[in-house]
Amino acid sequence: MDSGLSSLGGGSGGGGCGGGSSTNESVTTVSKVEVVEQMSTEASSYPGEAELELGLGLSLGTGGGGGGGLVKPKQPSSAWGEYGRILTAKDFPSVLSNASSTAPRFSNSSAGPVSGTKRAADSAVSQEVGSATAASQVVGWPPIRAYRMNSLVNQAKALAAEDDKADSENDKFKDTLKKKPYTGSNKNNSTVKEKGHLGFVKVNMDGLPIGRKVDLDAHACYGTLAQTLEDMFFRHNTTMPPIRSDVEKGQSTNPSKLLDGSSEFVLTYEDKEGDWMLVGDVPWGMFLSTVKRLRIMRTSEANGLAPRFQERSERQRSKPI
Amino acid sequence: MAYSFPEEVLEHVFSFIHTDKDRNAISLVCKSWYEVERWSRRRIFIGNCYAVSPGIVIRRFPELRSVALKGKPHFADFNLVPDGWGGNVYPWIAAMAMAYPMLEELRLKRMVVTDESLELISRSFKNFKVLVLSSCEGFSTDGLAAIAANCSGRFSEESRISSFDLLSFATFFLSNQTKRYNRFELKPACEVDIGSPISLIPDFAHHWCPSTFPAWPPRCPSLRTLRLNRAVPLDRLPNLLRRAPQLVELGTGAYSAEHRPEVFSSLAGAFSNCKELKSLSGFWDVVPDYLPAVYPACSGITSLNLSYATIQSPDLIKLVTQCQNLQRLWVLDYIEDSGLDALAASCKDLQELRVFPSEPYDMEGNVALTEQGLVSVSEGCPKLHSVLYFCRQMTNAALVSIAKNRPNMTRFRLCIIEPRTRDYQTLEPLDVGFGAIVEHCKELHRLSLSGLLTDRVFEYIGTHAKKLEMLSVAFAGDGDLGLHHVLSGCKSLRKLEIRDCPFGDKALLANAAKLETMRSLWMSSCSVSFGACKLLGQKMPRLNVEVMDERGRPDSRPESCSVEKLYIYRSVAGPRSDMPRFVWTMKTPS
Repeated sequence: MDSGLSSLGGGSGGGGCGGGSSTNESVTTVSKVEVVEQMSTEASSYPGEAELELGLGLSLGTGGGGGGGLVKPKQPSSAWGEYGRILTAKDFPSVLSNASSTAPRFSNSSAGPVSGTKRAADSAVSQEVGSATAASQVVGWPPIRAYRMNSLVNQAKALAAEDDKADSENDKFKDTLKKKPYTGSNKNNSTVKEKGHLGFVKVNMDGLPIGRKVDLDAHACYGTLAQTLEDMFFRHNTTMPPIRSDVEKGQSTNPSKLLDGSSEFVLTYEDKEGDWMLVGDVPWGMFLSTVKRLRIMRTSEANGLAPRFQERSERQRSKPI
Repeated sequence: MAYSFPEEVLEHVFSFIHTDKDRNAISLVCKSWYEVERWSRRRIFIGNCYAVSPGIVIRRFPELRSVALKGKPHFADFNLVPDGWGGNVYPWIAAMAMAYPMLEELRLKRMVVTDESLELISRSFKNFKVLVLSSCEGFSTDGLAAIAANCSGRFSEESRISSFDLLSFATFFLSNQTKRYNRFELKPACEVDIGSPISLIPDFAHHWCPSTFPAWPPRCPSLRTLRLNRAVPLDRLPNLLRRAPQLVELGTGAYSAEHRPEVFSSLAGAFSNCKELKSLSGFWDVVPDYLPAVYPACSGITSLNLSYATIQSPDLIKLVTQCQNLQRLWVLDYIEDSGLDALAASCKDLQELRVFPSEPYDMEGNVALTEQGLVSVSEGCPKLHSVLYFCRQMTNAALVSIAKNRPNMTRFRLCIIEPRTRDYQTLEPLDVGFGAIVEHCKELHRLSLSGLLTDRVFEYIGTHAKKLEMLSVAFAGDGDLGLHHVLSGCKSLRKLEIRDCPFGDKALLANAAKLETMRSLWMSSCSVSFGACKLLGQKMPRLNVEVMDERGRPDSRPESCSVEKLYIYRSVAGPRSDMPRFVWTMKTPS
C-alpha cells in the first residue's frame, strides 16, 4: 500500500504549513537548520525515516500554526526553500517574544483556524472584524455542546416569538405526532451564529470598559429600548427591576432621559455605513434594519456630530420606506 | 492438602464486591476465581464500544443484567467527528437479545441508536427497567413509541432518556398507560433527564379531553423527577407542583409570564409545599420578577442549573444567596465576578461550579466575569473540587491562588475563549499557573487546558499529575517534547484528546506502549504523519489506529503528510468493520 508514493522532497510538508508572512527571516533560517540537524542525528533504520525526520523538522518548526491537518493542495514539488520561509517568527512563540498578545498570530496563520473540515459551517462569515473572528472560525471551539448553543440562540428568538406561542402550541403537538427524527447534535449550526445575533446588539457606554448586549427584538419602540438601557447602565444596582409588562407595552411613564437630551449622555448608534447617528430620528423599523451597535456617548462628544446627524437623518427621511 | 472454598461460598463473598476495578482484580487471582467471578458478574461498563466485541463480552460474562456502553470520542460533542463515524448500538442489541433475555438496564452514551434498536430492545427484554440514552442520536418518536408500548409499566424511577424531544414520547407513554389502566396515572416515575433542553411534557390539558380524564393533572405519587418542556407556560406550574409535592428534581418550563400577583402567590405557595425539592433547572426565558417565588424552596436546594437563564447578576445573586446548602451550580457568565463573590460568601457547601459563556463567539466580552470570580470561589468554598469555567482572561497568579486554595480539586476545566491567550498582566504563557494546579492538586483526575501554553506546562503535568486520568489539550505546546512529557509521565492517564497542537510523530512512536495502557487517544489538526500512523498500526496489534481524513485516501498523498484526525484506542476485538469511507484503520500485517 505504501509503494509508489512520491518522495517527500518538498511535497506537502509533514507539518502544518503555517501561513503568515515572514518578518524575521534570518532568525527563522537559523532555527530551522538547528532543528533539522537535531533530527538527523536520531535517524533510525526505518527506510523513509531520514525523510521523515526532515518532515518532523518542519512540524517541530511550525509551532504556532498548528494547522497540521490542512495541506494546501497545490504544493510545488521543489519548494524546500519555500518551507524555510514559511517558518516565521510567529512559529517560535517561546523563542521570540511576541508583545502583541492574543489574536493576531492566530488569525494570521491561515492554516490554523481552517484546520480540517468545516463541520458545522462556521464559515458563516462573522460580522465582527479583525481579531474578533479568530475563535469563531474554528470548528468546535469554544468547546460547547451543540444543543447548548442552539438553546441560547433559540432563547433569543423565543423572546421575540413569545406572542405566537399560545397559538402554535397545538400545531406543534400535531407535528410531533408524526415521525420526527432526532439527529443528535444539531448540524444546522451554519446559521446559529448569525441568527443568534439578529436581535442582540452590543452597547458600550463611554467610561465603562465592559459592554453589554441588548435584544432589539424584545422592543417595539425607542422608549422601551432607552428604558432598558437606562436600567442596564444607570440603575444596575437597583433591587427591584421594573415591571416588565408595563415596559413592553410602552407605557413607561418617564420619558427616557437618554432620548430627550436632558442627561449628560446621549444614545447613539452605528449604522451599516459606519456612521454614528443619534437614536430616535428614524422610524423604528428603519432603525432596526440599519443599526449595527449602540453607544451611550457623552453629550459633549455628541454635540460635535449633531449637524451631521441632522443632515443624514434628513436624507434618510426622504428615502422611501 | 490444599484447602479451597466451595464455589458457592466464593460466589456469596463476591456478591459484596461491586466496583469494576475490584471485580477485575478478583478475576486475576486464579482460574477458579476467574470462573466464579465471571458467572456472578451482573453489571459491566464498556468505556469504548469498539474495544471489545459483543461476542467476547457474552462469552465471558453470561449472566449480565446491566450494560453500559460508550461510543464516539468526547470531541464528537463539539462537532469534530463527522457523521457516520460509527458507534451504532444495533449489533450489541442483537447479540444481547439472544444472550441476555433477562437484561434489565441499558445505559448508552454517544452512540447511534436507531428505531430498530429501540424496537428490538422493547421486544427482547422482558424484565427491562432502565434505559438511559445520553447524547445519543438516530432515533425518532417511532422507536420511543415502541419502548413506551412494550416496556411501560416496568420502567423504574431511574429510567432516563435524554437529548431528544419527548413531547411525543409522553403522549405515547401516557396514552398507552391508559389502555391498561382505567385511571390516568403516571406510573411509574419516568424520569426524563435532561442534559438537553427538551423534555417530557405532561401537558394533558391540551391533548386530552377533560371529560375522559376528569382528574387532571393526574396524581403522581411516585414521581421524583419532572422536567418540563420549554413550551409549558409558567402558570401551569403551580398546579403540577401541587399534584406532585414529593418532587425531588424539578425542571421548569418557560419561566416567564406577565406579572400577575395571583400567579406569583400561587407559585410561591406551591414551591413552599415542595419539601423534598433538591434540584432545580430549566428557567427558560426567565423573567426576574418571578424568581422570588422559588425562594421558599431554596433552603433545601443542593443543585441549581441556571445555565439557560439569561438574567443579570443582581437577580442571580439574590437567588443563589438564598440557597445556603447549594452543592452544585451551573450558571451563565451573567453572574459576573460580583455574583461569584456573593456565591463564595453564602454557599459554603459548594462542590461543583460550571460557568458557561453567554456569548461564546464574541471576542470582546459582554460581561464583567474575569479570573477574579473563580479565585473568590476557590477561596470561599472549601469543598469546591469540580470546576468548568469559561472566561476571557487569566493570569498565572490567579491560577496559583486557586491551586493553593483548593488542593482538593479533582476536575479542573478552564476554557479561555480566545485560543493562545497570554497572562494579561505579565504577557507570559500560562505554564506556571497550570503547573501550580497539577502540583498542588494531587487528586486531580481531569484537566482541560487553554490559553498560551508551551512545552513547559506539559513538563509540569508529566512530573506532577500522577492521578490524572483525562487530559484535554487545544492550541498548546511547541513540539513533540510536550506530548512526550505527558505520555511518559502521567501514570494514570486513560484518555487524552488533543487538537490543533504541533505534536508530531516522535513522541507518539516513542511512547507507543503507553497507548495500550490507555482507553484512547484523539489527535486532530496536529502534525502526525500518515507514515507514523502506519508504523504504529503495524507494530501495535492491540491498538486500533484509525485515520480520519475527509480529503480522500491518505495514501494518495505523501507519507509525511499529516493526517486530519487520528483516533487510537486499545482493543481486543481487532479493527472494526463498520468504518465509513473517511476512516482508515492501519492494519497489522498478518
